[in-house]
Amino acid sequence: MRKTVYKWFWAWEFDKEEKWLNEMAAKGLTLSSMHFNKYIFEETEPGEYQVRIELLDNAPTHAESESYIRFVEETGAEQVASWINWVYFRKKTADGPFELFSDNTSRIKMLNRVISLLTTLGVLCLIAGGYNLFLYFLWGHAVSLVGLLPLAVSVLLGLGMRRLQKKKKLLQKEEQVFDA
Amino acid sequence: MANQALTEAVYYILLSLTDPLHGYGIMQNVEKLSGGRVRLAAGTLYGALNTLLEKGWITALPGEKDTRKKEYQITAEGRMALLDEIARLTELLENGKKLFGGKSNAEDSL
Repeated sequence: MRKTVYKWFWAWEFDKEEKWLNEMAAKGLTLSSMHFNKYIFEETEPGEYQVRIELLDNAPTHAESESYIRFVEETGAEQVASWINWVYFRKKTADGPFELFSDNTSRIKMLNRVISLLTTLGVLCLIAGGYNLFLYFLWGHAVSLVGLLPLAVSVLLGLGMRRLQKKKKLLQKEEQVFDA
Repeated sequence: MANQALTEAVYYILLSLTDPLHGYGIMQNVEKLSGGRVRLAAGTLYGALNTLLEKGWITALPGEKDTRKKEYQITAEGRMALLDEIARLTELLENGKKLFGGKSNAEDSL
């Protein structure tokens, strides 16, 4: 039996997404594939699997990513899905606890990857929105809502980035005292 | 370099690689060595192995061309780093024991 759920998570909510996927797995619905906002689950024993998400530096088909994914799979996990540079792994609970990161340095590195993704998108939106604004002033046209949409998106990205920066600060504080 | 502390992960990885091991073998060995306390996660281990390869402290053993599991082993440089770290840890431990260690001492200082 398969179950399809449409659900939207922003990139800066990947921890919430992961938590939700694990709640589903605890109920016996384990992620078997995903695309954009479409999550397909298969029926498994409740709690049979744990799910982890990671943003990679490169596309999952890139040699570097492939070598990493193979490494993770060799530790007993299985890649079930990927979306742009995001990869979704699951591992049987019976094979032990499943984490991708066991120290703050690598947790911060992962946060930095998401932050730099948001920064890139944010800058692009600012340029697009700013350019539109400039054109309105240049031609004296009325400002259209659509043209300003990129600016609104960049504000949203900024808010998301602030959430991640807060998380990062907490981890950095821990990092000053603790290794793991 | 002798003054720099290794991370717990790096220390246990180096200690595990006196014999060649692949990634999952390292994870299992570290967990066993630490009595289940230290569980290296795959992403963290992968990053640490790549850094250690770059530093030349470990080497990837040439396996078959399409080998599924790459094995790693400590190098002479890695052994030096490990010896330095053991000396550093010994100092930490001895000072800790001397100044804070014995039960009666600890009670006295309270």
